[in-house]
Amino acid sequence: MSITYLEAIREAQAKALADDSRVFIYGQDIGAFGGAFKATKNLAVEFPGRVLDAPISEDAMVGAAIGAAIEGYRPIVEMQFADFSTPGFNQIINQAATLYWRTNVPCPITIRLPSGGTSGSGPFHSQSMEAIYAHYPGLIVMTPATVEDAYSMLLEAVAIDDPVIFCEHKYLYYHLKAAALPTEAMPVGKARIARPGRDLTIVAYSAMLHEALAAAEEIASDGTEIEVVDLRSIKPLDTDTVVASVARTGRLLCVGEAWPWGGVTAEVIARVATEGFDLLDAPPQRLNAKDTPIPYHPDLWSVHRPTARSIVTAARNLLRM
Amino acid sequence: MLQTLESREKADIVSSFREQYLKAFRYMLLSRVLDEKMASLYRGGKIHGGVFLGRGQEALSVSVGLALRKGDIFSPLIRDGAGRLAFGEPVLDAVRTYLGSVIGPMRGRDGNIHRGRPREGLFAMISHLGAMISVVNGALLVRRFKKIEGVVGAACIGEGGTSTGSFHEALNQAAVERLPLVLVVANNQYAYSTPNSRQFACRDLADKAIGYGVNVHKVDGTDLEKCLHTLSDAVAQAREGGGPQMVVAQLLRLCGHGEHDDAHYITTQSKQSLFGRDCLKVAEDHLLRRAWADVAIIRKYREEIALEVEQAVALVQREPGPDPYKENWCALASRHLSERFETPDSADSP
Repeated sequence: MSITYLEAIREAQAKALADDSRVFIYGQDIGAFGGAFKATKNLAVEFPGRVLDAPISEDAMVGAAIGAAIEGYRPIVEMQFADFSTPGFNQIINQAATLYWRTNVPCPITIRLPSGGTSGSGPFHSQSMEAIYAHYPGLIVMTPATVEDAYSMLLEAVAIDDPVIFCEHKYLYYHLKAAALPTEAMPVGKARIARPGRDLTIVAYSAMLHEALAAAEEIASDGTEIEVVDLRSIKPLDTDTVVASVARTGRLLCVGEAWPWGGVTAEVIARVATEGFDLLDAPPQRLNAKDTPIPYHPDLWSVHRPTARSIVTAARNLLRM
Repeated sequence: MLQTLESREKADIVSSFREQYLKAFRYMLLSRVLDEKMASLYRGGKIHGGVFLGRGQEALSVSVGLALRKGDIFSPLIRDGAGRLAFGEPVLDAVRTYLGSVIGPMRGRDGNIHRGRPREGLFAMISHLGAMISVVNGALLVRRFKKIEGVVGAACIGEGGTSTGSFHEALNQAAVERLPLVLVVANNQYAYSTPNSRQFACRDLADKAIGYGVNVHKVDGTDLEKCLHTLSDAVAQAREGGGPQMVVAQLLRLCGHGEHDDAHYITTQSKQSLFGRDCLKVAEDHLLRRAWADVAIIRKYREEIALEVEQAVALVQREPGPDPYKENWCALASRHLSERFETPDSADSP
């Protein structure tokens, strides 16, 4: 028996609904239809009245979740695609993220963002929004890269007393499988050494973790040992684990599927430069999507975002510096 | 015999309405005096940031506050001082928030009309118009989950706010869920300086409600008696399961957008129109004409209110403001997940 990343998300929601009567799910097509990706399949039947179909109103969906949180509930909002969180952006950053600071009333909402690129999805169904949300105080941003983390971090997101932006990667939905659901988990805010090494650190998160691991495997045939760090959550960002890794390797390559400007890779490099400058044997490097909208055609898309192949090239260049 | 009973019932209703009217008038007066005090402190440089008055909108606002009861939800907007007081917000909450007292509900973190006590049903508005309506919807949804019946949520907005996407989404959402929402639209003719003619093109704002399948009520916002009746009806209909209600009131903002604004753009024609009347003056005249109060009672109200406001200001002026060195600078309820961005001089500066 195996379980996919998508099934883990469904199972986490089923557990959250079963364990806590304050949890409900709100989003488009999530009831009888089970969601655009089937992340809520059968949940409306198993939990009658607690999986609500919403009109196409992302602003009002998030607003209602905030009102529910004020009343002590712990709603999960499913955005159909991360890209469509932008009409709800105002409620997320100005209302959800400021509520506790302003009024001392916590805002325990989880907003699920089916994120990242899949072939053929084009400019409006492929975006990675994590950096934008991480910019705002008052939000927690999770970017699980494994089936185990998708499950345990979503449960933790629902339990946390603050708004959580849960970036689940659509490419991993069906591609990633685990033998079983986890019984224990690392705490949120801790990065994980996904592959130990001594020659170069690659920091990645979400789907890019798997491209980085594939690149590390390829380079291993040269006898070069790459350490891969999975950030898991980008806010909070575990600077200590990253700096400790750079202390071992002296070289840093950050990989993100999102655009480069002001993004997670820039933030990681800024922190390492500030806190671990003397640990670096070469200038820190980063690899991101190209600075254009995300293309539809597979030939363009495969080059637009970082892949194992482009990571190998970037890593080899960095090793020569 | 039958006739006597009927006329006695009628007399009771009149008497209880007189009580309600007097109560409303007193809150309107309190709101007006409090507003004027805040404006005066602002002009004296004692208030940091803006001051926003409800002048001309008190009759409508107080009617919302009075139609609600404990356990209901109220999301006031910028000019709802009277409604806030009627709903139960202490005068001190307003003064403390305006003067930045750390003892106030917003602790100096937010100011002026951005205040509330969400857990007590009084929501703290953000500046983005229309954004509070769906928050009220969500709270009402939870009341439904909890099987708490007979609860109403009221949200206030201006005619300018009806142009936002948030307004549209939230009103539609309330209609789809058939929530007991009362959405009160104060058409005060100007959104900051923008007149109705540049704000909407529908014949009547009330027509917007029809498009959402929402029941609508229209009222002269300068007439306290009509406002009390209309809001009482709208809230009762929502409470009894009639679904969302929208109230559209015609009135005029008798001040600038804030005290920084001289409102030179308000036309003489607007000021001289029926909705340009001062609702407080109209209510006072009404009280005297019907002999529900005499000049002496109104003078007594004024004296009591002036004292209450003076005492509140005097108290708050002695209270401390927030201390940047004691501020925890943490935006998360889960403090252990908060990130620290220390700079080399963090230890020395706030």
